[in-house]
Amino acid sequence: MKSNEAMTKLPANPERATLEGKNKFLGFWFFLGGETVLFASLFGVYLGLRNATNGGVTSNELFELPLVFIATMLLLSSSLTSVFATMALKTNHFKRMIGWFVVTGLLGLAFLGLEIYEFNHYVHEYGHTIQSSAWGSAFYTLVGTHGAHVFVGISWITILIVRNLRRGMDLYTAPKFYLFALYWHFIDVVWIFIFTVVYLMGKVG
Amino acid sequence: MSAHAYKKKNPVWDWLTTVDHKKIGILYLASGAFFFLLGGLEAILLRVQLLYPEFDFVGAETFNQLLTMHGTTMIFLAAMPLVFGFMNAIVPLQIGARDVAFPFVNSLGFWLFSLGGVLLNLGWFMGGAPDAGWTGYAPLSTTSPGNGVDFYVLGLQISGIGTLIGGINFLVTIINMRAPGMTFMRMPLFTWSSFITSGLILFAFPALTIGLALLMFDRLFGSQFFAAEAGGNPIIYEHLFWIFGHPEVYILVLPAFGIFSEIIATFARKRLFGYSAMVFATALIGFLGFMVWVHHMFTVGLGPIANSIFAVATMLIAVPTGVKIFNWLFTMWGGKVSFPTANLFAVGFIPSFVLGGMTGVMLSVPPADYQYHDSYFVVAHFHYVIVGGVVFGLFAGMYYWWPKIFGTLLNEFLGKLHFWLFFIGFHLTFFPMHFLGLMGMPRRVYTYLSGQSLDEANFAATIGAFLMGLATIIMLWNIIQTSIKGKKAGNDPWDARTLEWAIASPAPEYNFAQTPLVRGLDAWWLEKRAGNKAMIAAEPLDDIHMPDSSILPLVLSIGLFIAALAAMYSNWVIAIGGLVITAVAMILRSVIDYHGYHIHKEDLPDEGREGK
Repeated sequence: MKSNEAMTKLPANPERATLEGKNKFLGFWFFLGGETVLFASLFGVYLGLRNATNGGVTSNELFELPLVFIATMLLLSSSLTSVFATMALKTNHFKRMIGWFVVTGLLGLAFLGLEIYEFNHYVHEYGHTIQSSAWGSAFYTLVGTHGAHVFVGISWITILIVRNLRRGMDLYTAPKFYLFALYWHFIDVVWIFIFTVVYLMGKVG
Repeated sequence: MSAHAYKKKNPVWDWLTTVDHKKIGILYLASGAFFFLLGGLEAILLRVQLLYPEFDFVGAETFNQLLTMHGTTMIFLAAMPLVFGFMNAIVPLQIGARDVAFPFVNSLGFWLFSLGGVLLNLGWFMGGAPDAGWTGYAPLSTTSPGNGVDFYVLGLQISGIGTLIGGINFLVTIINMRAPGMTFMRMPLFTWSSFITSGLILFAFPALTIGLALLMFDRLFGSQFFAAEAGGNPIIYEHLFWIFGHPEVYILVLPAFGIFSEIIATFARKRLFGYSAMVFATALIGFLGFMVWVHHMFTVGLGPIANSIFAVATMLIAVPTGVKIFNWLFTMWGGKVSFPTANLFAVGFIPSFVLGGMTGVMLSVPPADYQYHDSYFVVAHFHYVIVGGVVFGLFAGMYYWWPKIFGTLLNEFLGKLHFWLFFIGFHLTFFPMHFLGLMGMPRRVYTYLSGQSLDEANFAATIGAFLMGLATIIMLWNIIQTSIKGKKAGNDPWDARTLEWAIASPAPEYNFAQTPLVRGLDAWWLEKRAGNKAMIAAEPLDDIHMPDSSILPLVLSIGLFIAALAAMYSNWVIAIGGLVITAVAMILRSVIDYHGYHIHKEDLPDEGREGK
């Protein structure tokens, strides 16, 4: 254990110890509030159009829960690992934090790979595309917007890790990592709603 | 380090890279003024087309483009940036802050807005402007030929993102950056209304983002959201648009209310009557603003239950608005009221806006709305609230804060001429439209037949539009004159009440050499009554930390601009190139450290706060 790493003096909540950190913390929460409305609008559109299959494949025929279950587990685990990273951040264990964030990013990458496979499968096996029906448009827009968020998150944490690997933890870098963790939880929560509204209701609703 | 602060900068480069909220405020005001003139010109062309029955001036097709661009320009590219201009120029000063919370984001918000606005207007030169109305209802907008509506969709999308991040910046600034003693219930009303407006922006604009994105998908990628033949539903667009669109009305008018509250109290030489009721009313209007969007859709056929609920919620808004009207009247009551141009606009606003509010209550009754819907009565109503409320507020704010922003006083004679011509022209234009609507003249139609008693009122409305145009020319003349040889304003030309008047005009780049201590509502007025020449400092004189300027916001915005323009013509290589520019700019922003620089206390002018 790098016990002396934790000895360097940092305040209890290093992500909010400076005015800049405080501003970022609050501003990012507001940003997530706006993102909530963004996804709420997409969910509303999806609920309005989910039976508009235009005579094509229906959600019940299309979805396979095992695949979605694995994707959900990957993303939920990545949220847990980002919690571990945040705990390491608060106790000033820089290397441990980086390690957990690497795991988080890899889990996100695996999730994204599954999603790309899934979309590809739907398009080529079932002819279910963004153009085939209003439901198809709503499905790919909602789930795709979430996937784009995952992609942005992976790029973000990669850049943060590469940039700050040598620098270590201080009051300047702590907010950067903390905000990523917030963002990652948010896209995880959105996925839980997608899992329920799109996949579960699509199977049994 | 201090050499950095005093290095002589190239002025063009300085304006392109500035992160100073006062300069960004001026940029917002200047581009807002430009688009206001453009939107005004479009309005005058519309009115000339309607001068006589069956008149052929611009023709039906151009008329549709003009009316679309007039509405879109005035709401998104004129009123919004002018509101943001005043928020930038004034709010940090009113709360005793050195800066906004996110100077970089602030600059990015401006460049996104302005390049989005340019993109929106490029349609005029590239095969036709948008022509589906400022609301862009599907399926008219999804099936409109050519690229016109693409300019609308992508231009608004880009400028909307700019507005959204600007809103977040002001929320955080007002919560985190207030000076010691500046509690929430001591904040000036303009700051309060900017705060609530920023909240509305945060929760309303994402709905527009989605509405526009879905339109874009339908138009560019062949999705079926609004195509009824493939199971799509165009009503969804109407919902998304108005979930954004109704709060947008309050986003515009609440800051105007804030401006009036400052001006009426200052020129009545009295504390604002019912301060806490004003704050509560503002918050309540903001909240109810999200509960009423269906009143734009009464005739869609959502059923009597939905219509009734939204009708009642709409009528409720009249209550807090009435509270505000009476508080302004009671502020003037018993005061020592003077009438410089700023206060003329403020007092002229009250009866004009009340008229718009009354027709609003009339429109909120669904059975009656079936008669008014899509007639000139609606056009009269929303111009009474938007021009009578927002535009009067912006003009009032301009005359009131011009000395603080530019250090000179606008000419009062020309100002009063501007007010009276505009006031008379405004009522001459829009008052007859109530009757045109009741007589059945539909909105958005490029001409009308003679012999239907519509001729005289239309003629009068056009004359009124000319008067407003003349008033605007006088205002421009006033601005030019003042810029060349304006009278120097002191720190506090109106003997006003709030913190921005405690410092030099224009404010130095660090605003306050020492953060002031706020001892009550109307902080500056309190100190003046206590015989103090300046605010009491809350901290010793020290080095002042300043943010670094950056060209990245402009680069990032240009990337998006290129991407949007190329996407319209399905030139995907260039579109991806544009997105790469944006992404690289974002990455650079992340990996380059911006530590800012310091202005050393030895370099501050004597006593700091007396800039000159």
